Amino acid sequence: MTAVTTDPKVDKPNGVGSTGTGGARRRLPRIPDRIRQGGLPYLLLLPAVLLELLIHIIPMLIGIVMSFRQLTQFFINNWGGAPWSGLDNYRIAVDFDAPIGEALLHSFLVTCVFTFFAVGLAWLFGITAAIMLQESFRGRGFLRAVFLVPYALPVYAAVITWAFMFQRDNGLVNHVLHDQLGLTDQPSFWLIGDNSIYALIIVSVWKGWPFAFLMLMAGLQNIPRELYEAASIDGAGIWQQIRRITLPSLRPVNQVLVLVLFLWTFNDFNTPYVLFGKSAPENADLISIHIYQSSFVTWNFGSGSAMSVLLLLFLLVVTAVYLFFTSRGRKGADA
Amino acid sequence: MRHLRAAAAVTLALSVAAGVTGCGGGTSSAGGSNESPKTLTYWASNQGPSIEADKKILTPELKKFEKETGIKVKLEVVPWADLLNRILAATTSGQGPDVLNIGNTWSASLQATGALLPWDDKNFEAIGGRDRFIDSAVASAGKEGEPPAAVPLYSLSYALYYNKKMFADAGITTPPATWEQLVTDGKKLSKDGKWALGAEGANLSNNIHQTFVLGQQHGADFFDAQGKADFTSDGAVAAVKQYVDFMAKDKIIAPGNAEYAQNQSLTDFAKGRTAMVLWQAAATTFAAQGMKPEDWGVAPVPVPSGAPGAGKQTNSMVAGINMAVFKNTKNIDGAKKFVKFMTSDAEQKILCKTYGSIPPVKAAQSDAAFSAPELKVLRDTLATSAAPLPQVPNESQFETAVGTAVKELFADAAAGTPVTTESVKARLEKAQQTMQQ
Repeated sequence: MTAVTTDPKVDKPNGVGSTGTGGARRRLPRIPDRIRQGGLPYLLLLPAVLLELLIHIIPMLIGIVMSFRQLTQFFINNWGGAPWSGLDNYRIAVDFDAPIGEALLHSFLVTCVFTFFAVGLAWLFGITAAIMLQESFRGRGFLRAVFLVPYALPVYAAVITWAFMFQRDNGLVNHVLHDQLGLTDQPSFWLIGDNSIYALIIVSVWKGWPFAFLMLMAGLQNIPRELYEAASIDGAGIWQQIRRITLPSLRPVNQVLVLVLFLWTFNDFNTPYVLFGKSAPENADLISIHIYQSSFVTWNFGSGSAMSVLLLLFLLVVTAVYLFFTSRGRKGADA
Repeated sequence: MRHLRAAAAVTLALSVAAGVTGCGGGTSSAGGSNESPKTLTYWASNQGPSIEADKKILTPELKKFEKETGIKVKLEVVPWADLLNRILAATTSGQGPDVLNIGNTWSASLQATGALLPWDDKNFEAIGGRDRFIDSAVASAGKEGEPPAAVPLYSLSYALYYNKKMFADAGITTPPATWEQLVTDGKKLSKDGKWALGAEGANLSNNIHQTFVLGQQHGADFFDAQGKADFTSDGAVAAVKQYVDFMAKDKIIAPGNAEYAQNQSLTDFAKGRTAMVLWQAAATTFAAQGMKPEDWGVAPVPVPSGAPGAGKQTNSMVAGINMAVFKNTKNIDGAKKFVKFMTSDAEQKILCKTYGSIPPVKAAQSDAAFSAPELKVLRDTLATSAAPLPQVPNESQFETAVGTAVKELFADAAAGTPVTTESVKARLEKAQQTMQQ
């Protein structure tokens, strides 16, 4: 960590005393030196810290307190008076042999599969498009703008349009797959039953890949062209250039990108809620909807909070492990 | 740098996860007062074709009330999808409206929060007495044996709507009165890409309304006398199976209806793709979709054939909207005056005519407008053969758990997976276990 100079001699070239009065010279009131030396950064951080506390940390702490209470509709009017239930809510959530725990585990596994494919495909499309649009050609600006459209659209409007397109009898998807291309024997269901997970992944990838594209495109701008020219002279083909130059150079971008995409996708609420409503099909029962249902549909806020805390712990652990390994890897690469 | 990175990671993860765990909370004051007697806030549920339409309908009535009492009513029309969460948030924070509309099936659940003013005899006296309202509507306003949590405002019930031309083309002269007839007629009607009956297979509430009535006809209540979930009784299983079998076995509901949740079955009916729907006051929707009143007929929802037994003649749930007062209102007298105004004979006639509902106030029902064929069926059903959904605190859970089970069974039926007594029982068993924990 870079050391911050705190030597008073350096900071006080005019020999101003620690009282910070400024002597007899006429000046605007000044920040006391002690604060300026050590406290100013913290003072500047204060508004952000206060807002963070107010918007995130305090509600989160309240959520944690709720998870230890038996908070149902009987106590919602005065939730501070809800009886303590100790670890009961947690016990129920992780009792995988009983229906609530079993359903939570199922939903967690569905979310893992969904996240893996949604993030993987969004990244793949993003990097492919970014590489293809790296070279200048006529219409590149237009394509870049078009590719960003899904990212710019309001989520609700976009997902509800997908919901219409996925309708079995009147939707565009079946019209193309069944009526026009004849790929299926009969029109398929996309919003209920087994296919619902595919519908969810398709919409999530459509919504998420432009962000990957944007980030990776920015990352590609920083790779010196000389590297490619030199590699080309040395006889490296396009795949070798991607493997040896592009991907290693994009590593810092990818580290952040994958983490952010993972967290957004794992917690995604809007996409399943708009596609399926408050009760998602079993195959697409993402954990965000599952927790929402436990809390706000069945009015068991204590149990829902406990599930949220478990999810929080999981995401914290995954994030910490991810950052530990990726930063260690980078250190090694830097050395 | 390592510390900085670790701190950044923790902050990032906390920020993201806080979105998941964040919940507010608070307490509310104990009772109402008359601190601000000149104003009221009213949350009206979205009843008309749009929020703007509702404002247009209600504003002149609220002006009338202001002229009569000097109390200004601040109106907010809340969409259905948001209403329950808004009420929960208001209950938690204590910062709610003075008067609000609630769906009558939520009555017992909201009553359990203790946030709503109980309508005991004294409060009922302030609005003209309990006897002014029909019994089934009051029964759907809270737990039996306790003062209701709300007052009935607009009542509705289910009826069978049928397409006259499709019936005539199939040689059917009268609408079915029993389920057996409905299936027989249904098989005649389900051909050439057209289907007999519409359903909203992915709409949890609608699933509950239909299976509850069939449950009553099979002698099942879904809850025992102690208010404990009883979803797997033979009657309950038979009721759910009978409903899903209209698609799975009888093939009189189109498989595509398994994913309907946005009233698409009404569009199919209006376009002549299905011949019958079970619905509450559908006339305005049919008209909006270009159907003429002479194109369709209305009949009571079928009942089982054979000798009627206890509950067998029940053919609708008591549907409707109730009006509640938040206990911590700062204008308790004004709130009661407003409820009295909205449930007065004159206002009931105006509002129910506009919204196509039945007045739960007996005196208002005598108006000729409510004797038109459609409303007469709905009115008679409400008066004689409708039962309120179980008035238990966990009614909301019941709708979600059993409604989802029926939704999944419809998905099975649509995909061609067999729907058996065992598979129905297994789904209901799972729903019940979720309730018991």
